[in-house]
Amino acid sequence: MSLKKLSLMQKRALVGLTFILPWLIGFVFLFVTPLLQSVQFSFHELNVAPGGYELVYSGLENFKEALFVDANFNRILTESVAEMVLNVPMILFFSLFSAVLLNQRFRGRGLARAVFFLPVILASGAISAAETAGLISMTGSSQVAQELGEAQGGFDTLSLILLLDSAGLPEWFIDYIVNCTTRIYEIIRSSGVQILIFLAALQSVPPAMYEVAKMEGATAYESFWKITFPMVSPLILTNIIYTIIDSFSNSTVTQTIYETAFQSQNFGLSAAMSWLYTIVVSLILLVIGFLVSRKVFYYE
Amino acid sequence: MDASKSLKQNEMIVYRLNKFRNRTVEKLWKLALYVLVTGISFVILYPLFKRISMAFKDPVDIYNPTIYMVPIHYTLDNIRHAMNVLDYWPMLGNTLTFVTVMTLLQAASCALAGYGFARFSFPGSKVLFTFVILTILIPMNTLMVPMYLHFRSFDVMGLVTLFSGKEGVNLLNTYWPSIITSATANGLKSGLYIYIFSQFFRGLPKEIEEASLIDGAGAYKTFFRIMLPNAIPAIVTVMLFAFVWQYNDTFYTSLFMSDNSLMSVRIASLPADVNQFLPALLGLGSNAEMRADPNHVALIVDTGILLAIAPLILMYLFVQRYFVESVERTGVVG
Repeated sequence: MSLKKLSLMQKRALVGLTFILPWLIGFVFLFVTPLLQSVQFSFHELNVAPGGYELVYSGLENFKEALFVDANFNRILTESVAEMVLNVPMILFFSLFSAVLLNQRFRGRGLARAVFFLPVILASGAISAAETAGLISMTGSSQVAQELGEAQGGFDTLSLILLLDSAGLPEWFIDYIVNCTTRIYEIIRSSGVQILIFLAALQSVPPAMYEVAKMEGATAYESFWKITFPMVSPLILTNIIYTIIDSFSNSTVTQTIYETAFQSQNFGLSAAMSWLYTIVVSLILLVIGFLVSRKVFYYE
Repeated sequence: MDASKSLKQNEMIVYRLNKFRNRTVEKLWKLALYVLVTGISFVILYPLFKRISMAFKDPVDIYNPTIYMVPIHYTLDNIRHAMNVLDYWPMLGNTLTFVTVMTLLQAASCALAGYGFARFSFPGSKVLFTFVILTILIPMNTLMVPMYLHFRSFDVMGLVTLFSGKEGVNLLNTYWPSIITSATANGLKSGLYIYIFSQFFRGLPKEIEEASLIDGAGAYKTFFRIMLPNAIPAIVTVMLFAFVWQYNDTFYTSLFMSDNSLMSVRIASLPADVNQFLPALLGLGSNAEMRADPNHVALIVDTGILLAIAPLILMYLFVQRYFVESVERTGVVG
């Protein structure tokens, strides 16, 4: 190897390769290989043998079992996708709203920001696992626990439903709103990073724009829809994608896939399930990405 | 004369009215703002307050319906029991060491990769960067089973020796799976960190590098002496998020290290552990049939959760400023 013969460009390219080499090795051995293996597993029956495993080809059996035989998978998949579709607009709305609030000037803004980002560090899978496990172990044992739970979640949604109903709102809308209020903690907890991203976007809007709008007589409402919203709209797509990816980590489908693999030891079925889930999610991402990116306004 | 005077007076009144209205609107808006911010803050902080109150509440107070938040009888027993069950201090030390090492490894490997993608172009670099984005988008559970089997019988040459039927080393329940994934920038959310780094390096002016190149520094020297010191905002951001997410991660830890004493593993199994050990801790004998009062168990579990998140909250008190500024400074948005 005569390094001196290479042109500067080629040398730079080689040096660049050494920079990404650690990642490249990891990518090939810890991403591509498992990914291909996972495809392979999904078409096989996998038996764990001491020190390795053996594969028996089974065609589309695993997919058939996941979709048509397994009693729960279909339901869980549709449920968690529906929940995701429901959650994304709420989280987006809430995080944009909070970001706009936190972007205002008021006393104690630093403190408020610190509190609003607290969910970023507290949104832990471990804690929610402990909470659910705690509930399960409690409900098995006494009625007191249930009463306690009711007393703690003591927010009466009935009055809200009646109020909205007599206001003549359609039923699906009432359902949605009530859903929001009962899950407000969940929504707030999972929108920390999104608030962070929106807030950063809001601060990158040039203040001169608002000044001009104000001089021309625009109200705060108008300048929100004509300036703020278009300027942060590229980040809406980012946040949608982030929210969807984030929802993988604690969805019931993930749980089911995990249990199928490590409790029922059915690795092939688990791989098939995870591929079905991946395909569904990628389709959603593609559709949303396509729809939103057409509406997004890019300033430049 | 008279007409112009009354006109002036009218104008005066209109002006005052307008001023009054503006001020009222502003005050009302401020009020609404404070109400909203306080309300949402309360929702966020409520579980934390509840746990703090639980931690110091004496079991005597459990069935007292007049108590809201502030207990009548205080005790430190809950904390002691929770610490006993969790084996707190050794585990905390263990967890912090593990998480710190992972964070450093991830930051290092992702910074290298991010710089490589930002500043060097070689055949296929665009395609590879698309793959980085792909690693963010593919759900982890797709890779879960192969990774598990891979680390169950790990060998350096990967596939090749695997198919020759040689037995590999079982790395499960050691720290190696995490070390390997982090050091090769394929660990927990590594794709995101690579993206952050590469966006940040792209935003730095090329002239500094050219200057250092002309002054005789090689590419590596330029990176370590010039670019890294300039990338401190990005490094801080990535390290903060890597630390927090690694600390909270249950997916990888339960997959690879279910037996190790790490905070996230222990917290997930805390309710069961408390149920098992609490009677013995209370001195009620170690009979397997003995069950503690479920509400008392819940008290200890809540205390345990508080203990688990306490280090993060302590850290957050000092670094929250960087969290808030992090995304703005790294140019993820721009």
